[in-house]
This record gives sequence, structure tokens and C-alpha cells, in this order.
Amino acid sequence: MADQERSHSKGKGREEAAEEDVVVAQSEADLEALDDLLDEIDEVLEENAEEFVKNYVQKGGE
Amino acid sequence: MAMHKVLGTETEYGIALRGDPGFNPAVASSLVVNSYPGARVKVQWSYEEESPGRDARGFGHDSFGVTDPDGAVVNSVLANGARLYVDHAHPEYSAPEAYDPLEAALYEKAGERVMYLAAVEASRLSGKRVSLYKNNSDGKGNSYGAHENYLLSRETPFGEITRYATSFMVSRQIFTGAGKVGSENDRPHVDFQITQRADFFEEEVGLETTLKRPIINTRDEPHGDPSKYRRLHIIIGDANLSEVQTFLKLGTTALMLSALEDGAIPDPLDLRDPVESCWKISHDTGLQERLDLDGGGTATALEMQQRYLEWLSKYVEKELDDPVWHQVLNEWEGVLGALETDPTTLADTLDWAAKKRLLDGYRERHGDTWSESRARALDLQYHDIDPARGLYYRLAGRGSMRRLFTDDEVERAVTAPPERTRSYFRGRCVSDYSDALVAANWDSLVFDIGEPHLRRVPMMEPLRGTKELVGPLLDEAATAADLIELLGG
Repeated sequence: MADQERSHSKGKGREEAAEEDVVVAQSEADLEALDDLLDEIDEVLEENAEEFVKNYVQKGGE
Repeated sequence: MAMHKVLGTETEYGIALRGDPGFNPAVASSLVVNSYPGARVKVQWSYEEESPGRDARGFGHDSFGVTDPDGAVVNSVLANGARLYVDHAHPEYSAPEAYDPLEAALYEKAGERVMYLAAVEASRLSGKRVSLYKNNSDGKGNSYGAHENYLLSRETPFGEITRYATSFMVSRQIFTGAGKVGSENDRPHVDFQITQRADFFEEEVGLETTLKRPIINTRDEPHGDPSKYRRLHIIIGDANLSEVQTFLKLGTTALMLSALEDGAIPDPLDLRDPVESCWKISHDTGLQERLDLDGGGTATALEMQQRYLEWLSKYVEKELDDPVWHQVLNEWEGVLGALETDPTTLADTLDWAAKKRLLDGYRERHGDTWSESRARALDLQYHDIDPARGLYYRLAGRGSMRRLFTDDEVERAVTAPPERTRSYFRGRCVSDYSDALVAANWDSLVFDIGEPHLRRVPMMEPLRGTKELVGPLLDEAATAADLIELLGG
């Protein structure tokens, strides 16, 4: 994995390569965060979410 | 040189009571507003000063209007200078006038905190969980607004605003949308679209806000000296949760209006059919839809925004010193660039892209139990302002949304007013003279100082009443009576 990341940044300066590593690390962390959240969505959604959203009616705005 | 763009937003929140689908939304909204536990004064809002039926094109209808003198309608002014009240069947937070788009975004975020604190207390008092949603549609053809307000010069002809602003408002949707599952108002079916609001716009120009909604709203209520000011009331935006997106929406629009007043937009980029373009842009998450221009030729919304970016970059270089405008340009350039190469990379910046990523991820995982109503539930839950339950807040809490403000900054903006507009004076009066403040409006405050007559303090200048101008005087005045005397009786 680390090698792959390096080969990505071939021909770039040391600083840019380091920066790119940071970006890759961040997006991996972000994907993990997304995965965790997807795991939890069913907890966050209302019980009977379909029914709840069907009853969500908002009249009289603006 | 264009007039400084004082600005502010108004947000109506969707409301639901857990386990009570038949609840009365007006009563529940009153409960929420009444329950707000923070510093505020319940006031009579001086409706006689407001004229939502006055039309900027020069005609008016007297019968139109909000003249609801019902004493039971809850209105309050908060210590941060905002208005918190019930608008028909929704709780609404109107942020205090801000000096620049960054401050305006901060005070809009403070409004979410205000609403959350109010909902917690309302839940405690009622014994039912009150949920509030910062979105603009119930998915069943009912929309509620997130309005923006910008200070313009009275000298700017309204026809010029309509001519130059329409295409900007329609094309900016690609970065102002909060995302929506499905379509409404008899528009063609889509699984997912960029904005909550686009389906509801049916006219190019007009006074309405609740039916036949116009792209350019003509309500002429300056909330200031009418001989000098206009307040442009923009109703075509979505309510955003993303801080960066809120800032970008307000910043680019303020910049465009400023350049418009200075004659620095070389081409109005007239769309042949702005109303149709409006929903077509929203329905195309691939951003490829080509729109007919009035002068011949076509353009995508992204290409149009790139033209505006080019023009407004030159304008800032030439006319504006404040670094906030460079921040707007940088953010704008970055977002347009990412929209061109890969919109999914904006899942940490734009609500619609964040929501789409959640929906796609959820669908991939639960393809077997996937249904449109499940998607709609996820859509709604993105907007719940409860930090523990709302999906935007859950993403932000994990560092998956870029932010501009710390929690502490938002918390401070709940109680401390902006310092460079008249909202400073309003907020300080709420904090310091709450027992004497009896009525309020955007451009005046009314005090009862124990004399036979109430005393009205006019605030017709949005850039007066600042900390610099009235801070020392407010520090000196121990009571509202002192204040009136120091102001010159």
C-alpha cells in the first residue's frame, strides 16, 4: 500500500509527496468514518422510519 | 462604489412530534419558541412598520400581508440581535444583520443551536420529543423557506437586478443545493436532485413567496431608510447545514450584487427559459445539462458560474480590499474546479454531495431492503438539528465535513451580537434593558421607561448602532431611561 502511494507521487518533490500521503491518509480515515456512520444509520433513523417520513407533512410555510 | 453588503438570513424549520403524527404544527411551533431558555425578550413585533405587500416594481397590494395582530403570536428578540418567532406553522429564526458573509454564516449556524436548545426544552415541557429539521421540503409538495437578504442602494433600478441576478441565482444552485430524494410539484421524476427548492419555482419575477414562487422576489421592505436602501429578498436558496456552503452561497451572491451595482458584470447571460432551467439544473447531478441562452448558444450552469468567477475575481482585484472577498473567491474556485472534475470529492463541503454519498453508501450496503421511503427517511434525517441524531451533525462530529467555525464560536454567537451593524445595539438592549423593551422591529426599538408615552428609538441605518458607535454609551447607561437620555431624549 505504502509503495503504491509512493509510485503515485513519482517525479514530485519530497514535500508534495508527503502532502499527498497526508491526503490519502485523510481520505482513508474519512472512508472509515463514513463506514462507521453507515453502520449506525439504522439506529439514528426513527423507529418505523418509513411511517414517520410518510407522516412528515409541513403546510403553511413562508 | 457599491453600497456595503449588510446581509442576513431567515430560516423556517420543519417540525415533528415523535409519536404524535396528528399534532398541531402552529401550537407545537409556539411551544418551541416559547421554550427557548436563553436570553431574550418577548416583544410585540411592530407589524405596522412592515409591508410585505409593497412591490419593488412600484405597485402594491394593500390586502396582501402578514398583518396578524394576534397577541398570542410569539415573537422574541434574542441577545444576539436575532428574531425568533412563529411564522404560520413553523418556528423561524431570522439572524441578526451581519457585516460580511462569514459573520452571516456564523449567525445562521447560531440559529441551529438556538432552535436545538428550544426543542430540548419544549420536549421536556411537553413530554414528547420535538424534532426540528433545517430543510425546505416535506417531499409531498409543501415547501418552506430559507431566505437571504442583502442591502442594496435605492438607486439601483429593480429592472437591472432582475436582468443580471436571475441567471446567477439559477446557476448557483449547483453549489447551494442541500439535495433531495425525488421530485415534487409535477416535475419529471428523478431519484435524487441537487436542491430542495428548485421544483417549486414557477415565475421569473413576482411578489409571492408561497405559491407561484418567483426566481426574483419583488418584496420592497427596506427595513431602513427607504429613500436610500433596498433590501433584496432572495427566496430561491436552500437551507444549508454545511458551514462552508452557507458562506459560499452568501459570499458569492453578495459579491455578484455588489458588482451588479458597480456595473461590473459585462453580460447578463440571459437564459431563454429561467424557470425551466431552474429545475433542469437541479435534476442533473452530472452537471451536463446544456441550457439555451437568449442571445443564442448554450451553456451549462457550471460554465455560467465559471464566467461569474472570472468577472468577479477581476472586480475584487480592482474594487475590494477586505480579505473576506478573497476567501470567497478561493472557496468558489475550489468548488467549481471540483464540480468539473469529480463532484463526489465535495462530500465534505456541499450538503447535496454529502447526502448523495450517504444515500449511495447505504444503498450499496442494504440493496435488499432498499426502498424509496427508506431513502426519504435518510434524506430527512440529514437535516435533524439534534447533534446526536442528525446525519449532518454526525458527519461533522467525525470530522467528515469541513468547518469554518468552532463549537465555541457558534455558542458565543448565540448570546453575543455582531459588532459592526445595528444588530449590536438591538442585542445589547435585550441583554441590558430587557424589562423596559416592549416592542421591536428591524429598524426600531420601543421602550417603556415609566413615562406616559412609550419611547421609540429608530435605527434606520444598518451600519450605525455598532459597538464602536454605541458601545461606550450602552456601557454608561445603567437603565433604559439613562439610555434614552444619553441618546438625546
